[in-house]
Amino acid sequence: MLKFDERADRVVPPTGFTARLTLFSAFAMSFLAVFALALSLAAGRVADRWGNELAQSSTIRISAPAGEVATQTEAALRVLRTTPGIVDASALTLDEQRALLSPWFGADLPIDDLPLPQLIDIVETEEGYDAAGLRLRLAAEAPAAVLDDHARWRRPLIDAAFRLRLLGWLSILLIATAAAAMVTLAANAALAANAQVIAVLRLVGAKDTYIASAFVRRFALRALTGAAFGTLTGIIALVLVPSGSDSAGVLTDLSIQGIGWVWVVLIPPLSGLVAFAATRYAAGRVLEGLA
Amino acid sequence: MIELENVAYSYGGGELLTDMTLNVAPGSFHFLTGPSGSGKTTFLKLCYGALQATSGHVRLFDRDVRGLSRDDVAILRRKIGVVHQDCQFLDHLPVTENVALPLTASGQDPNGVDANLKELLAWVGLTGRADALPPELSGGERQRAALARAVIMSPDVILADEPTGNIDWEMSQRLLTLLVELNRMGKTILVATHDLGLIRAAKAQVQTRVLRISNRRLQMAGADL
Repeated sequence: MLKFDERADRVVPPTGFTARLTLFSAFAMSFLAVFALALSLAAGRVADRWGNELAQSSTIRISAPAGEVATQTEAALRVLRTTPGIVDASALTLDEQRALLSPWFGADLPIDDLPLPQLIDIVETEEGYDAAGLRLRLAAEAPAAVLDDHARWRRPLIDAAFRLRLLGWLSILLIATAAAAMVTLAANAALAANAQVIAVLRLVGAKDTYIASAFVRRFALRALTGAAFGTLTGIIALVLVPSGSDSAGVLTDLSIQGIGWVWVVLIPPLSGLVAFAATRYAAGRVLEGLA
Repeated sequence: MIELENVAYSYGGGELLTDMTLNVAPGSFHFLTGPSGSGKTTFLKLCYGALQATSGHVRLFDRDVRGLSRDDVAILRRKIGVVHQDCQFLDHLPVTENVALPLTASGQDPNGVDANLKELLAWVGLTGRADALPPELSGGERQRAALARAVIMSPDVILADEPTGNIDWEMSQRLLTLLVELNRMGKTILVATHDLGLIRAAKAQVQTRVLRISNRRLQMAGADL
């Protein structure tokens, strides 16, 4: 049906309005699809990063009266050194704690005057440790130690990133559906405006497949052209978005990377395919109605 | 070739044609006459499968139209050339492409029959108008272009619906000459017309059978025709 046939293509007169509508729809939808795709891919990257970076680290917080902090810290470190699944455990120095707090309170924070808890940073093996068992042991040997395996606040972040990624794909699906609806409307308008052409073609013995393919080819090619320009414009716009730092999140890291380019390159042919299916559906209905 | 058996056709709750029985033999020349609105065009449409009979059977080339798909009817229609009073062209294509349309629509390469196309345009006297667009043609030229389009697939049957309705006497005689020539070549001709002068002129040149639609029924015309 998509086979190029110059003479067959000429039987449908050029129709300015529907041609422009299809081109513009495909352009706009592909442009939006590039952004939705970039958003989805960025959300996926963030979810992966948060998942990977935080999954293998935990923290122990020791909140005890000043005189007991050192003892409790030492007890907790002893427990950690004998816990399977832990690669390294070290108590943060005052400087390290100051560095952690400086983004919020500034570099000249008088940390010595604050009743800060002692923090112990834990690095896990890939398999991880038994958090429930560790908590029981800490409760027995270092009761002031509280284990934070980051799951409590990491899970909502990962969930949010996952939902954002899902939202991106849902947007792409909606964009494709809207594009199909617009192309169907344009094809319906073109077919209705060309009822006389269809009557002549039927008079001379043209099959419905021949008549439909003349319209389908035209609309699929228009959608392909519009989508190619829309995708290109979307890519240029993405390049112009200022990029963030290494720790950038979803909104500042909308670049397309690696395998993501395959999805971007697929946008124009998929748009053509959507237009092909939509026009074929519209042509089938109109030709049935005109029979 | 074209066979109607007790055919009736209804539209909008009213019966337009009833109890029509006819067998159009190969190589025959039929005229179909009757007052305006009597159903001549409807009858012709039944004869080329553009309409489905409400009851009875229409057989084209020994195949009952009722059991055929639209694509099957389209293929059968390639054996039947149709000339309409209003001609029906694709106005954005030149005469040559309109005449070659049945070839294009059936998947044949019109370039392979360019010589035939030129010959055909010369036969209908349109050589000089090959590149003109249909709206630029006179009534007579349009009818001749429609006839050329109707015969380009070398069909067995030519159906013409009021072919001389919009043209002058001289041009209608020219068109009749072409139809008579086709009949002498063995083509079956069925012409719907209320132009009695055309029928008389044809009877002087070739053996014809004249049918009349009267009171929704098909009758043989009287001896006056």
